[in-house]
Amino acid sequence: MKKGIIHTINSILEGLSTTLKHFFAGKKYRNANGGVAKSNYFENHEGLVTIQYPKQKIPVPEVGRYQLHVEMDDCIVCDLCAKICPVDCIAIDSIKATEDIGITSDGTKKRLHATKFEIDMAKCMYCGLCTVVCPTECIIMTNEYDRSVPHVAQLNYVFAEMPPEEIEAKRIALLQFEEEKRKAKGL
Amino acid sequence: MFIFIAVGILTFVVLYSLAAIYAERKVSAFIQDRVGPMETGKYGLLQSFADILKLLQKESIIPAAADKALFILAPAIIFISVFIGFASIPITNGVIGAGINVGVFYVIAVITIEVVGILMLGWASNNKYALMGSVRSVAQIVSYSIPAGVAVISVVMISGSLDLQVISANQGIFSSEKIFLLGFWDVSNIGGFLAWNIFQAPHLLLAFIIYFIASLAECNRAPFDLPEAESELVGGFHVEYGGIRFGIVMLAEYAMMLLVSVIAVILFLGAWNTPFPNIGTFTLANWTTGTFWGIFWLLAKAFFLIFIQMWIRWTLPRFRVDQLMAFGWKVLIPLAFLCLIISGIWKLVIMN
Repeated sequence: MKKGIIHTINSILEGLSTTLKHFFAGKKYRNANGGVAKSNYFENHEGLVTIQYPKQKIPVPEVGRYQLHVEMDDCIVCDLCAKICPVDCIAIDSIKATEDIGITSDGTKKRLHATKFEIDMAKCMYCGLCTVVCPTECIIMTNEYDRSVPHVAQLNYVFAEMPPEEIEAKRIALLQFEEEKRKAKGL
Repeated sequence: MFIFIAVGILTFVVLYSLAAIYAERKVSAFIQDRVGPMETGKYGLLQSFADILKLLQKESIIPAAADKALFILAPAIIFISVFIGFASIPITNGVIGAGINVGVFYVIAVITIEVVGILMLGWASNNKYALMGSVRSVAQIVSYSIPAGVAVISVVMISGSLDLQVISANQGIFSSEKIFLLGFWDVSNIGGFLAWNIFQAPHLLLAFIIYFIASLAECNRAPFDLPEAESELVGGFHVEYGGIRFGIVMLAEYAMMLLVSVIAVILFLGAWNTPFPNIGTFTLANWTTGTFWGIFWLLAKAFFLIFIQMWIRWTLPRFRVDQLMAFGWKVLIPLAFLCLIISGIWKLVIMN
């Protein structure tokens, strides 16, 4: 009985001293910048832990694998990324080019016009498979992780869009080109 | 004149309640290594005002199955019962709203009226959680009023008066009688903390602890916050309330904290007397005594007790109902009666 009373009082005092210690440690912030890579990371026991998010941010790696980005100048519209995507969030339409439309930065010849290249980030599961299969490494994951939009449709990022008239013109040009080729072969 | 004092105290109590809600959120935040409200104004200082503004704008919904008259009346009764308690609080030397000579009796009686309001709140809501919360609250307040009352009586026996102004004056350099530290050393002219009731008779320290614990239960504060146990009773007795009616219940809770703390300060911690004693030529007690010093010391001590209440709330877990009752009836009440008996012996043997 007597032991129980002393034990209870001791444990109450211990709890109160712990909370008081934390209360007075509230004067300073726990320095989380640098994260676990910092040598003194595990010595940070005291201070506030809250990161006031839009004003303060924990640094993310430069090579972070967050939102997708497509460098359209390097894209050969091979459609591999759309094919491997497990959630089908990439939509690509292409049309064959009749003229020379240049080469990518790694020297691959471009043969297709991208009439549509859209990635729906609302569907994306950030698996990164598209970046693995891309032959020209034009689709990459960036370190941007907190883009927010007022409407979900705006999460459908449009990287290439060709106006319908131009598509029509390209289609007619392609038909003519194929017609000429057939004639040249004497069919 | 009386209207002026009443409006002044009302304004002060409301402003204090808003500040206390802000302080509570900051204290809890720091104890849990968070930052608390930060967005409304500098360091979130305007958070409580924004909250009360929001509550004022909200629609006052009365549930269809509620008892409408009681539902509207209950928050008013709760707030008024706490507010009228401030009427006979001696603010400083010679300043008191209603200087009645049974002040202690009046204040202790008025605090308990809150029970009626809380029971009305739960009954009128016609909600099982609300009713359960108010039934718990009534059981708890009725149980814990006994040790609180007995602890208060043991002070009254030492002071020999029910007038709060006399009890206050008898703990400092304005004392009309001789004061003895621990019953032996005459400290009538030294004053300071040495003349406080808890040091005049050492068993009053125990009475103070009993009163403080019981006052936590009377305010429905943790670890005795069974009536509003969020994890079991949704929100407790005010679960059906919203808008400004909820705001009034909330303000009353914080005003109640101030009231019980002020009473604890008056009865045990020297009321509006300074804590600094006169030491030889350094007459610290005389230097720090005056009308405004009195208000300052009273509020400073009361706010310190309120801080301790908050500190305890964010440290200790909630009692179970049976533990609460066992603690109240088997521990606090016998100890309170022990204090009462020692007070009687002290008065007869040592103070003679």
